[in-house]
Amino acid sequence: MTAFRPTDENLTRDGLAPTVEKGQVLILACGALANEIIAVIRQNKWDHMTLTCLPAILHNTPDQIPAAVEDALKKHKKDFDQIFLAYADCGTGGVLQTICDAHGIQMIQGPHCYSFFEGTEGFLDRAEDEIDTFYLTDFLARGFENFVIKPLGLDRHPELRDMYFGHYTRLVYQAQTNNPALDKLAQDAADRLGLRYERRFTGYGDLETALASVD
Amino acid sequence: MSDQEDDIILSELSDEELVQQMHDDLYDGLKEEIEEGVGILLEREWTPYRVLTEALVAGMTIVGADFRDGILFVPEVLLAANAMKGGMAILKPLLAETGAPRMGKMVIGTVKGDIHDIGKNLVSMMMEGAGFEVHDMGINNPVEGYLEALEREQPDILGMSALLTTTMPYMKVVIDTLIEKGIRDDYVVLVGGAPLNDEFGKAIGADSYCRDAAVAVETAKEYMAKKHNQLAAG
Repeated sequence: MTAFRPTDENLTRDGLAPTVEKGQVLILACGALANEIIAVIRQNKWDHMTLTCLPAILHNTPDQIPAAVEDALKKHKKDFDQIFLAYADCGTGGVLQTICDAHGIQMIQGPHCYSFFEGTEGFLDRAEDEIDTFYLTDFLARGFENFVIKPLGLDRHPELRDMYFGHYTRLVYQAQTNNPALDKLAQDAADRLGLRYERRFTGYGDLETALASVD
Repeated sequence: MSDQEDDIILSELSDEELVQQMHDDLYDGLKEEIEEGVGILLEREWTPYRVLTEALVAGMTIVGADFRDGILFVPEVLLAANAMKGGMAILKPLLAETGAPRMGKMVIGTVKGDIHDIGKNLVSMMMEGAGFEVHDMGINNPVEGYLEALEREQPDILGMSALLTTTMPYMKVVIDTLIEKGIRDDYVVLVGGAPLNDEFGKAIGADSYCRDAAVAVETAKEYMAKKHNQLAAG
């Protein structure tokens, strides 16, 4: 991998094209995971892996993710020996798993990135105690305005806040990296939503394990 | 809204113009204007049921259609719903007094482990607007809560909602419990929520998956019509 780092704006709206046209392993990922996957690939020197991303904003319309994944698989399947889908279920109700089964490829297990960054097993064990928790990752802390405030109309109609978040009590910032600037953004997000703030350092959690499982 | 429209005095409009204006005001989420319009129509001796159906429900139907077609988005629908809620608060006690037609009764709630209720609340409101009596159980309901509510309320329809992939399987827990207790066929079971689809609805044994509030209302009406036909034939 080169030292290339895509911008959040590109990852949000456009995704990321693969850096090579043909190769061994293609990681087809959500744009919200690009920086973390690049970091894991570099750390482990997995030079046989190539990353491509779908637009991260699909996070807000999960019903559109399966078709986008299908299109990307059709586009890239012939050019790579293997493809790994770096998505969890992500609100698709099992449809992504069905697609992976049909194509004979693997994906990340768990309901969403909040679970695999913390470690899905522990996350699900705690789920009942955390139903009133809203999660942010590094990417979503940076993109809070574009992924939460604007799509929910809270920039134009702040009075809607309690209709969306009235049953939440806490915002947990799952920190993939130690970055005081992101802590501040996440804390500000919690204040804006009227939620108690908690920071949890997760690192890359199951993401690294999942990528390590790719042959 | 333009400055020109800001100057509109609702009480000076004809009935037809006022209803049209209320549709526009619902679309724009103007709660105070809706409350004022409802008051004016009642003063003009419209029945509460007519105000509900012609001014509010018809207006929300337009909002629902534009949401489905991608013209309106969730924030605008919530503002419209909030405006309709204002009108409903005035009409509800009057509807009970004046004996408006009743379509049926529904118990609805978000399943255990899930605190999301925006979609459920929209369904509740639109069902009430369509003449259903709705008992809303709120959020995070265990199967015992559903059973108690069904026993107590004796509804025609059970509605369940879930937003999370992790909580939607709980709907099957509820349906399986109804089957175990031999009461599954006593109710029409409608399910909804963002990660659900038709296949999931069928797989868990629901009667129908409803993709939005408007579909929920139409589906509920169809089941009630079937039930009445069966009773008439029987």
